[in-house]
Amino acid sequence: MTIDLAPLWLSLRLAFVTTLVLLLLGTPLAWWLAMTRRRLKPVVEAITALPLVLPPTVLGFYLLILFSPSGGFGGFFLKLTGTSLTFSFTGLVVASVLYSLPFMVQPLQSSFEALGRGPLEAAASLGAAPLDRFFTVVTPLALRGYITGLVLSFAHTLGEFGVVLMVGGNIPGQTRVISIAIYEHVETLDYAQAHWLSAVLLGFSFAVLLLVFTVNRRFPVKVI
Amino acid sequence: MLALDISLPRDRFSVKVRHRFSAGGVTALFGPSGCGKSSLLRVIAGHEPGAGGSVSCDGDVWQGAGFVPAHRRQIGYVFQEARLFPHLDVAGNLGFAEKRAKRDNGITRDAVVGALGLSGLMHRAVQDLSGGERQRVSIARSLLSQPRLMLMDEPLAALDHRAKAGILPLIADLPKRFGVPVIYVTHALDEVAQVADHVVTMKEGRLIGVGPVAEMLEQPEMQGLAGRFEAGTILEGRVASHDRAMLLTCVDVGGVPFEMPFMDVPVGFSVRLRVRARDVTLAVKRPEGISTRNIHEGRVIKLMPEEGTAFAEVLIDLGPAHVQARITRAAVAQLGLAEGGLVFALIKSVSFDRRALPGVKNVAAV
Repeated sequence: MTIDLAPLWLSLRLAFVTTLVLLLLGTPLAWWLAMTRRRLKPVVEAITALPLVLPPTVLGFYLLILFSPSGGFGGFFLKLTGTSLTFSFTGLVVASVLYSLPFMVQPLQSSFEALGRGPLEAAASLGAAPLDRFFTVVTPLALRGYITGLVLSFAHTLGEFGVVLMVGGNIPGQTRVISIAIYEHVETLDYAQAHWLSAVLLGFSFAVLLLVFTVNRRFPVKVI
Repeated sequence: MLALDISLPRDRFSVKVRHRFSAGGVTALFGPSGCGKSSLLRVIAGHEPGAGGSVSCDGDVWQGAGFVPAHRRQIGYVFQEARLFPHLDVAGNLGFAEKRAKRDNGITRDAVVGALGLSGLMHRAVQDLSGGERQRVSIARSLLSQPRLMLMDEPLAALDHRAKAGILPLIADLPKRFGVPVIYVTHALDEVAQVADHVVTMKEGRLIGVGPVAEMLEQPEMQGLAGRFEAGTILEGRVASHDRAMLLTCVDVGGVPFEMPFMDVPVGFSVRLRVRARDVTLAVKRPEGISTRNIHEGRVIKLMPEEGTAFAEVLIDLGPAHVQARITRAAVAQLGLAEGGLVFALIKSVSFDRRALPGVKNVAAV
């Protein structure tokens, strides 16, 4: 029996790209949420947390409509890049970023908040400009938040099913991620393949989490 | 040097201050907790962009026409909680400041480490330092950013008496040693007496008094801020002699000798003593057969009965210096004290304890 591992690689690629995008987008968003005193804050917080409570099919449904080439955003994206957002890897990345957003933003936001303004003001009075403060003081002190955020985002994207099914479908090499592949194997009663892929995913997820908790225990970055 | 005309709304009142800080020395910003002292420091440092009004320093406008952020003001800030960076060791914290220094005041790491006694701590994690060590590192870190002015926000408030006594003389010495003026916020009168050259008093967001430390400490308004219990005066003198056998030191204050427990300060060096009013006893005749070592004749120059209490404050001129006595109104009546009258002021040697320090100037006698 040969096991088709392509869905696993695709899932890993999706999770990797999504996590990277989330790192870049989630950091400023979490920072803004942690530092702002504006009344808009709870609104943004609620929107960010929506994927936690919304069924993936609902999120996927709205994204499908948004991504549709005949719709405003989907059409604009198609014109701009030449690729459609529906039933494509790019579309999956965009959907996954939204779907996993709270898993990156919330740990970051709470570690930024725990840090407070104290170390920042101290660094500023020592002559450190804002970006300098962010990279030399905030980032090392918020390391735990980053590790948690990165791992949760990665793992959450890896286990994604509903949203992918709605916006990505089941195109081998494009959108056929591991959870979809397992679902299809079960549907077609190919339990052996389903077993293998499930076991690989289970083992991988456990290993990643184990690594994270070990690292976290080894290097407890104390915040004051 | 530093000119302020600012207003900053606070919960209970707004901080409104218009003042020009004199250059050099240590200026104590003194007032009760919550009177807006820290807010004022934060405005000076650039941590309150919302404050209205203007701040300028040596001709540079920091606030008013535009806003110069904290990292471009070159102001050292020592916080009450030290705020060392926990991901760096002591040397790393000092290096952080050194790398970002925008000018060179000639303050070197060796000089700072030596002055603050940090040589044994360089590779320690900041979590393992004691409270006093943390503050010393924090002061060193600020100095190494080559600041044009240092602000200290109750840096010793969280420390025990011993740690405090170790650091106060170092702070008093900073302006002379490193050429950096200091604004020192505190609500403790003994700290004011030990570090300050000038005092600015504050109450409910306003400045209420400005002047040299010895003068300010005699003012009833200032004593009112600190609570009567802490009232007293400052005596400036020179170490005249030591009695090693009895472990006593004699300090000469303009010709009047004061005897106190041994102080490790060389003969000829100037010292500052603080005598609290409640430690001074008055007599109308020179007492004999008494253990009190310091008995000096003087003239009552101010008699201030405190209505509604049992006490009166009596200010006595000893010639070169003033002392204040806090005695009961009943005693004033019984002894027949009046302004202009002669009295003997009795000060137990032990009451000088721990209130003496090498004076700010530390000038050796000629």
